[in-house]
Amino acid sequence: MKNPGDLAVQPPEQMRYATWLDWGTRVGLVVLLLSFAAYVLGLAQSHVPVSRLPELWIHPVGRFLELTGSPTGWGWLALVHRGDIAGLLGIAILAGSSVLCLLALVPLYWSRGDKAFAAICLAEVAVVLVAASGWISGGH
Amino acid sequence: MKAARHALLLIAGLLLVACAHAADAAATSSAVPWWVWPLGLFIACFLMGIVAVPAGIGGGTLFVPIVGSFFPFHLDFVRGAGLLVALASALSAGPMLLRSGLGSLRLALPLAVLASASSIGGALLGLAMPAQLVQMLLGAVVLGIVVLMFTSKKSEFPQVDQPDAVAQALALHGVFLDGASQRAVRWQVHRSVPGLLVFLAIGVLAGMFGIGAGWANVPALNLLMGAPLKVAAGTSSVVLSLVDSSAAWVYINKGAVLPMIAVPSVVGMMLGARIGARLLNVLKGSVIRRLVIAVLLFAGTRALLKGLGVWP
Repeated sequence: MKNPGDLAVQPPEQMRYATWLDWGTRVGLVVLLLSFAAYVLGLAQSHVPVSRLPELWIHPVGRFLELTGSPTGWGWLALVHRGDIAGLLGIAILAGSSVLCLLALVPLYWSRGDKAFAAICLAEVAVVLVAASGWISGGH
Repeated sequence: MKAARHALLLIAGLLLVACAHAADAAATSSAVPWWVWPLGLFIACFLMGIVAVPAGIGGGTLFVPIVGSFFPFHLDFVRGAGLLVALASALSAGPMLLRSGLGSLRLALPLAVLASASSIGGALLGLAMPAQLVQMLLGAVVLGIVVLMFTSKKSEFPQVDQPDAVAQALALHGVFLDGASQRAVRWQVHRSVPGLLVFLAIGVLAGMFGIGAGWANVPALNLLMGAPLKVAAGTSSVVLSLVDSSAAWVYINKGAVLPMIAVPSVVGMMLGARIGARLLNVLKGSVIRRLVIAVLLFAGTRALLKGLGVWP
């Protein structure tokens, strides 16, 4: 008689996705914490001084951007050396980690002839990339 | 057991007191030193994380109504942070759920594609609407969640005699090891097309309000599509990790993600959730659920009244 655990083995693509997701999340969280620590400890100069935040975060995002001259879209990359902006790097890694995980599955599905799921993975990648590009949200 | 229950009552009480105190202080936010807010946010999220797990509700669902109603941050930034809270929680839980088979990637992917696309629309719509209207709609949605939590039934192992054509074509089935019975449970789903349409609507809500949509995902997967309850909860988390990624990018691109709000929230919620997971077997789920319903009822009413201008 087979062990129940042997009967509940998960498909290889699911295991690969889990491994990649695990690493993506870990890297994202570490970068997020390190950059935030540098920010609050004052190790990196801020784009917006922390003391001004209480008078600024009460405004809608449009007004906040006007008052602070903060970037939209991918403009933050040019200011990533600033303490407050650097926090976005970890956030971007977390929000983008699924893209690499999904791309890693495409060859597995394709080689098995499961073209529908290869296409679904690519469609999800396309959706995340469109959102990240800022084309729709007008962030560029 | 009794001590743990008392501790929980204390936490829920603290959460309510903290909220009420924050609401008072929020009116004079500029006079308060800047570091009080991220610290308060961290503590509030830590408490929310503790109660969220045993109550069977995503931390993101608690975050937006509570922080949006009782902290001075504009709702644009609260929703951006809320999405990141839900995203970080879903990403952290995802690998374990997938390895154990409680989360099914095969079931999650088709649903996530539609929900991700619609969440972008929801996020754009939410950021374009006046804050008062969003606040009002948020209050209505949160009160709807309260009703859903009160009335929704659950089916541990729904009966699915025959998968529908779409489920059959996409092979939407799987197997997981049920820890309680120590047996391998095979499952399949039906009503895939209505399920896909429901996830399209769920994506809009997730993007618009920045709330994790586990409260809607689980009933849709379990009661509508017939996935076993544990698979529904695990797969919901995988779907969330994809849907919230797309919506989060809209908020990042619009400049609506402030690390000073997002990071303490994410860290507090994740630490609290670890404690909550450990208390899972000690605390009585139904008691915590009732406490969370009370907190949500309070926060939902506050959001609705704030949106209507009755309780500014």
